[in-house]
Amino acid sequence: MAIESIKDKTAIVGIGVIDFSTNIGRSEWYSACQCIKLAADDAGLNIYDIDGMVKNIDDGPDPSYVQKGLGIDNLTYHSESHWGTSAMMNAVQGVASGSCNYCVYYQAAHRVSGPEKSISDYRVAREVKDDSLDMIRYDFFSPFGLIGQPGYVAMMYRRYMHETGITPEQLGWIPVVDSENAAKNPNAIFFDKPITIDDYMKSKVIADPIRELDCAPKVDGAIAIIVTTPEKAKSMKQKPVIISSNAAGMAPEGQFHTSYTRDVITELPEMKNMGDELFRIAGIGPKDIKLAMLDDTFTPYVPLQLEALGFCGKGEGAAFIEGGERIRVGGELPINPDGGLIGQGRFDTTRIVEAVRQIRGTSTNQVAGADTILVASGAGGPADGLILRKA
Amino acid sequence: MAEYVQGIPIMRPYIDQDNQGYWDAVKNHKLVFQHCSKCDKYHHPPRPMCPSCHSQDTLEWKESSGKGIIYSFVMFTTNKMAYPAFKLPYAVVLVEMEEGVRITANTHEIEPDEVQVGLPVEVMFEELPDGQTLYRFKKREA
Amino acid sequence: MTVEYNPDQKIPHPAMWGVLYKSSTPFWEGVKNKKIMLQKCKSCGNLLNPPRPMCPKCQSQENEWITAKGTGKIYSWVTFNEAPHPAFKAPYAAVLVELDEGPRIVSNMVDVKPEDLEIGMAVEVTFEDVAEDLTLPKFRKAG
Repeated sequence: MAIESIKDKTAIVGIGVIDFSTNIGRSEWYSACQCIKLAADDAGLNIYDIDGMVKNIDDGPDPSYVQKGLGIDNLTYHSESHWGTSAMMNAVQGVASGSCNYCVYYQAAHRVSGPEKSISDYRVAREVKDDSLDMIRYDFFSPFGLIGQPGYVAMMYRRYMHETGITPEQLGWIPVVDSENAAKNPNAIFFDKPITIDDYMKSKVIADPIRELDCAPKVDGAIAIIVTTPEKAKSMKQKPVIISSNAAGMAPEGQFHTSYTRDVITELPEMKNMGDELFRIAGIGPKDIKLAMLDDTFTPYVPLQLEALGFCGKGEGAAFIEGGERIRVGGELPINPDGGLIGQGRFDTTRIVEAVRQIRGTSTNQVAGADTILVASGAGGPADGLILRKA
Repeated sequence: MAEYVQGIPIMRPYIDQDNQGYWDAVKNHKLVFQHCSKCDKYHHPPRPMCPSCHSQDTLEWKESSGKGIIYSFVMFTTNKMAYPAFKLPYAVVLVEMEEGVRITANTHEIEPDEVQVGLPVEVMFEELPDGQTLYRFKKREA
Repeated sequence: MTVEYNPDQKIPHPAMWGVLYKSSTPFWEGVKNKKIMLQKCKSCGNLLNPPRPMCPKCQSQENEWITAKGTGKIYSWVTFNEAPHPAFKAPYAAVLVELDEGPRIVSNMVDVKPEDLEIGMAVEVTFEDVAEDLTLPKFRKAG
């Protein structure tokens, strides 16, 4: 409860996004170097001014590799985090504490081409780690064929349908609106044109009740985000985006997409804890949020996030999204105007990038007056998020 | 020196998109180094960006003279730390090449007491029993 | 319907995957003896499944094992129309059963088609030797 001190202490001044692909043909190492260079260009920053580097452990080569390409004299701060976009918290803390001046958070992950196209020891480390995760967490599910994230989420979703009456005809509005938004976003590679709710209902049910269109596809991508202080940001190239608050959340009995031991499995208590903290630090409430960037890796989590973050009451998420009117650009609470992960592929940092573009006023699907934005990541697991605002 | 014990796999380099040109050349008994045509600088190991100018499209492969001097070395004499595919003793040398980059490899027909810092060496190639090609260093006239 | 396996594929195996997680050994030993064993906290009596090295209610690390009655109700389920692992023949369902003692357990149904499943259905455990070295607890309709 002591992190009020981070309120308005940091700002995002640069974003670098490579062209996403499903077959990128280069290494994650290459993409990591490339996106950082793009972000420095966007910020108008000399690469050698970067003195902090953070990332999520699973995504891309570590700073010592990236450093072989960037050749920075001294990184005074480097650190790795685990889930969602939680490395953003490392960047914010690093800058707010004075450990570094310009911290880059990069996520370079070729989830289609695979890490095998990248450097060897890092690839091995990742494979071994994934296996050991399975050993610890999924022993009690795999022998029964409950395997893979869509199935894990389906178990929760079935119960959510039972408890609240949410239907596929309602949930389908998430991929429908995502597809509409993605069609307007040249960076979104998955929908050239929008789909309809009929298209959704006809789409393949892979782990009943989860459809293929409920799952964000894998993608090859790389994104870098540069954080500094609002004071330094004032004299920089881009209009700064102030980080009003930043928080993470965990809750008892949590397990990635499989928190089945909780009394109630159809809530996201991590997200609620994170959201409460975000609003407390920023000193605002859900009503002040003009746009929400929510985690749509699996669509059932979107109505659950609306409930957990206080945008609607418990069990009201389905009604909120039905028909899409309230969540489209121009609606009561636009969600993911970039097309979300359903439209762009599974890549969490896209949410921060779109929030930055919206506040700068440079989105391809601009929300009028988008001066206060909530970004949420890590649905179904440890959550993290940001409230970003115009300077 | 550096003879192999039969039946124990020799570790292979992991070939990826950033170092493929290097290992392709080794297969053809050539030693190449990554060179930035813009900065006229060599880098090793290969990487996806020139650390001097941050260019990603000016990197090329240039053939090495193959000549260098031993910059430092390790002599493996007991099986405590040695990889079991090698017969003891064996040396791993860090060679500073004429191009300025340093690479590690084993030696060829250099007695353990002859391996020393400053010894002029040149590259040679060898087909290993498992089908891979590797390079080593032998003595040369200074 | 009962889950059918492809005979040439190895079913994901807890004993193989669980070597690092010693807390679960009594559970799987119990299954071999056709019992569902539940971890019980010696300090506060909390029942835990899956097992773990510390009770999250009282932080005690002392525990004992009790035998569950093996009866419960379906809490949720998933029907796999495509098999995410080659050992399983789709379609099949994975069920989440809430045992009468409280803890929930993931399993499969025996002799119940996925379309006949419903939340709240009363079930009871049965044990199936699915491979030479693997017994799994499964459930059938009670009564």
